[in-house]
Amino acid sequence: MNVCRLKKLGFGMGVLGAASFSLIPFLLFVSSAFKTQTEVTAIPPQIWPSFSLAFFRSAIVRYDILKYLVNSVIVAGSTTVVTVFLSALAGYGLARLPRRWSHLTLMVILACAMFPQIAIVGPVWRFLRHLGWLNTYQGLILPYVALTLPLAIWILALFFREMPEELEAAALVDGCTRLQALVRVIVPLSAPGLFTAAILTFIYAWNEFFLALLIVTDPVRQTMPVGIALFQGEHTVPWGEIAAASLMTTAPLVVMVLLFQRRIVSGLSAGAIKG
Amino acid sequence: MASLTLKEISKRFGDIDALSAVDLHVPDGQFCVLLGPSGCGKSTLLQIIAGLERQDQGSVLLDQEDVDHLSPRERDVAMVFQSYALYPHMTVSENLGFGLRMRRFPKGEIRDKVLEAAQLLGIEHLLDRKPGQVSGGQRQRVAMGRALVRRPRLFLLDEPLSNLDAQLRLNVRLELKQLHRQIRTTILYVTHDQVEAMTLGDQVVVLKEGQMRQVGDPESIYNRPADTFVATFVGSPVMNLFKGKCVKEGKRFRFLHPDFSLHMGSLSLDMDGHEVELGIRPEDIECGKEEKADLKAEIAMMSNVGADQYIHARIGKAPVTLRAPKNATFCAGDIVTIPIDTRKLHIFHEGQRIN
Repeated sequence: MNVCRLKKLGFGMGVLGAASFSLIPFLLFVSSAFKTQTEVTAIPPQIWPSFSLAFFRSAIVRYDILKYLVNSVIVAGSTTVVTVFLSALAGYGLARLPRRWSHLTLMVILACAMFPQIAIVGPVWRFLRHLGWLNTYQGLILPYVALTLPLAIWILALFFREMPEELEAAALVDGCTRLQALVRVIVPLSAPGLFTAAILTFIYAWNEFFLALLIVTDPVRQTMPVGIALFQGEHTVPWGEIAAASLMTTAPLVVMVLLFQRRIVSGLSAGAIKG
Repeated sequence: MASLTLKEISKRFGDIDALSAVDLHVPDGQFCVLLGPSGCGKSTLLQIIAGLERQDQGSVLLDQEDVDHLSPRERDVAMVFQSYALYPHMTVSENLGFGLRMRRFPKGEIRDKVLEAAQLLGIEHLLDRKPGQVSGGQRQRVAMGRALVRRPRLFLLDEPLSNLDAQLRLNVRLELKQLHRQIRTTILYVTHDQVEAMTLGDQVVVLKEGQMRQVGDPESIYNRPADTFVATFVGSPVMNLFKGKCVKEGKRFRFLHPDFSLHMGSLSLDMDGHEVELGIRPEDIECGKEEKADLKAEIAMMSNVGADQYIHARIGKAPVTLRAPKNATFCAGDIVTIPIDTRKLHIFHEGQRIN
């Protein structure tokens, strides 16, 4: 009995420790976002904020943060749609290819994702300049799609492979073409996999900084991460505004993950097979 | 409705011959059963007929018309899968109507046909449920209904009863037979269960390792098995088989086994001095306690299957199974006599039937 309680206590402490370790920096900037200018610079540091919205106002009015937010939504949203669409087709093909070939192809795709960004950024930049796509949305979306496809294809290929082939066979016998079988039977049942791929793609495109900084130099088209980084003036670091803007960047992600989590968990494929 | 003809269908997977030169004709309206142990190629054959898998050689004909170049959709066959493969995101009614929707039938007609099929199978009260919300037996019916609703030219059933429990399987088997009487569509039915094959089939095809071992009605499969595989695969308990030598004694032949010998009657072939296998079904041996019979055996064990009792005994060292007379009481260690009716013997040489 005592050992059992001790174990539980140890487990609880472990979880608490891990959670605080990763959450404390986050909580610190959340608290900073709601402070006033004097509270941010107070010594000793003040933990509990006075819930002032001044920094949000300032981030929106003085730094025009909403413009960056719109850019981010457009870029990350389009990247997600294109990536999920392409990777669903590719993943389905790979899932139904003879295993040896699909394995080889998946490995090659994975290898493509291994290049460090710094190695590809030069060619990408020159390529985009040639196309005249620097400082455009598509100039960001194109490399983002290329970089997120490997992971999305992996997720979906493995997910589709778990789908019982008899379901597809049934659809084919019932009069579907291959593509109809994919759209009408496989995709609806793969919602969890599709959401996983979509969320990971969206998070990547939403947070990406390096390419965004180099490809888009025109403030009108810049995304959130770049925008926030450029808040910094020559002599000032507006910590409060940075915290407020960061919170506005993170919040949509957190909300989205929480919303989709339910879809992922709900077992859509129950009852397909004898069960 | 259509007749089905297979011409020399062959299929290889890597180094394994899944099917080798399978020839078969199923007349219009017949209930044909493909029987064989798992891995004998029967499911592959079904998939080739449906167009889901491509044969390496040979061709599939529906109504004497080559359908090799047609996609599954164009062949207009229906298939019931072992796992049922119902679409879990659709209701029962949507599942039933899916094939009709894909073939662009008008909505009203789909509704009527779905209702008709549901009534035929007694599942009309389940139409609004999802497959996850109905029982195993009901799912099986939905799967049947989905095939039935289109009135296809040919039904392909891939072990449709193997996921049901024993009691339900019996009922559904009877219903299936009745259903076939009603709709009279050609059915090709795959199973590894010999009882299903014998009770359902007008024609039974026994397959092993991709080769057809015997084709015939259930009676001939049971009464005159073509080889030792069919002989032991069909029938329960398994047929007794004894390996021994054949010697000529005047006009008749005698079978010599290390533990016993007996008369085999006359043979059309001269098998003098050849190795043969002698088979006799447990239910064809009427044992008793009288003295005058050919063979004596010592009882090792009794097994009761309800309607019948079987005796597991030994003639010398050779094990033999036989049916006990009604109300007979035997104990282990008792000696029984075994009269052999030579007309009921199955004689095989190098695996093939010779009598």
